[in-house]
Amino acid sequence: MLTAEQTNRWLERFAEKIEANKDYLSELDGIIGDGDHGNNMARGIEEMRKKLQAADPANGSEVLKNASVALLSKIGGAAGPLYGTALLEMSKQMTEADDLSAVVKAGLDGVQKRGKAEEGEKTMVDVFAPVYRELEAGNLTVEAVEDAVEATRELKATKGRASYLGERSIGELDPGAVSIGYLFISLIEEGLTDV
Amino acid sequence: MKKIINEPSNVVDEMLDGFVYANGDRVKRIEDTTVIAQKDIQPNKVTLVSGGGSGHEPAHAGFVGKGMLQAAVSGEVFTSPTPDQVFEGIKAADAGEGVFLIIKNYTGDVMNFDMAKELAEAEGINVDYVIVDDDIAVEDSTHTAGKRGVAGTVFVHKILGAAADRGYSLHELKQLAVRLVLNVKSVGVAMTAATVPEVGKPGFTLADDEMEYGVGIHSEPGYKRTAIKSAEKIAAELTAQLKKAFDFQPGQEYALLINGLGATPLMEQYILANDVKKQLSNEAIAIPYKKVGNWMTSLDMNGVSLTMLKLEDDWVELLNHPVSVTDW
Repeated sequence: MLTAEQTNRWLERFAEKIEANKDYLSELDGIIGDGDHGNNMARGIEEMRKKLQAADPANGSEVLKNASVALLSKIGGAAGPLYGTALLEMSKQMTEADDLSAVVKAGLDGVQKRGKAEEGEKTMVDVFAPVYRELEAGNLTVEAVEDAVEATRELKATKGRASYLGERSIGELDPGAVSIGYLFISLIEEGLTDV
Repeated sequence: MKKIINEPSNVVDEMLDGFVYANGDRVKRIEDTTVIAQKDIQPNKVTLVSGGGSGHEPAHAGFVGKGMLQAAVSGEVFTSPTPDQVFEGIKAADAGEGVFLIIKNYTGDVMNFDMAKELAEAEGINVDYVIVDDDIAVEDSTHTAGKRGVAGTVFVHKILGAAADRGYSLHELKQLAVRLVLNVKSVGVAMTAATVPEVGKPGFTLADDEMEYGVGIHSEPGYKRTAIKSAEKIAAELTAQLKKAFDFQPGQEYALLINGLGATPLMEQYILANDVKKQLSNEAIAIPYKKVGNWMTSLDMNGVSLTMLKLEDDWVELLNHPVSVTDW
């Protein structure tokens, strides 16, 4: 299992990326959604930081659980329940096994159950699922995550608010895919994929 | 962006405090939450909770009071409230006979309210719900998140609120709610888009001589962009869409709701009402209940929507049931 210190580092790097790209995420969302993904994520991240700094967790699982509660209570919209569920399911799985790919798989399953989304619908699942496969095969790289994010550009949205654009959603990145991409890139950059 | 606000990130909090300042005889804000609840909730009745993103005022806090909603939960602007907040709303409303949730059909709202329902059930509160999806501008297909919930939700609040006040059980309310949702349909038109305070610019742009039919209440795209038309022509298009969706039959009775989307003067809404009257008078249907005004707005969007509810049973009586709320 990841230690509390490792998991804190992972989430802090994720928080930095969200903050640095807050306007970019809202801009992307403005094209195919309602333009608030960056603001909503930043509000969640601020609460997560507060919660993580105040906590004294015994292990990585507890850190993820605390982060989940913070995000769930502050993001709102569709992203709140999806991020909250992803981190909560990863937290639960982390107490069961050391295998990081199984942990990511648990998060993916949780997100798919909550959002009722399959791969190919232009959602965060289109990054989550390939990340899990690459991780299981032992070759998850930043490039692989970026490729998965970029691949959402050519998909047509059939879930969420972007689905109302239909064909017009093709050619744009999915903002949820971009933000979850930061989560996994942070994991790699902190050197935690082969711990 | 020209708005009478302070910090854009504080708009919801400050609005709720202002709302309670103005209407404190009837409602209160549950401390440290975004829940507006009815004061002195009558015991031994099923209670109603609704909510959603802010920016649709008077929905939903304006409908809190005896005979309608017992609590309304506000999210950030155009963003569903979180599960913990909805759960606080459920707890504030609960009078021991169960709580009924009225949810507009948006991905975020459905997920957050569903999680709140799980939290409440874990604490022993009976919860049931209905998802309103009255916007006929969207095809209900597997290629979209489904039809959206818009102004028709207000009729659902009104009728279910009256039924709950008359002592309907949670199960009876659910059955009524399902029939209501099948019989309520809306369609709108926008002249301009809404500007979310934290975003600072309109959600989309229409030229000075353009308008768009079927735009959603968060500026979701509509079904047809066209040169601007007269009220008469707009009434003809909107009623034609509803006629097609309902398949009007002689002798049917409907309730009518004309809804301003935020920046359309009441003068224009009444002009449209007059044209809708002319359109509907060509049909052999009766309209025993009508309402014109701002009920489910979209911040400063200039536009209107038309909602019709095909009436059954005693629904007119339930629409006329007295209420004590801020905005009805």
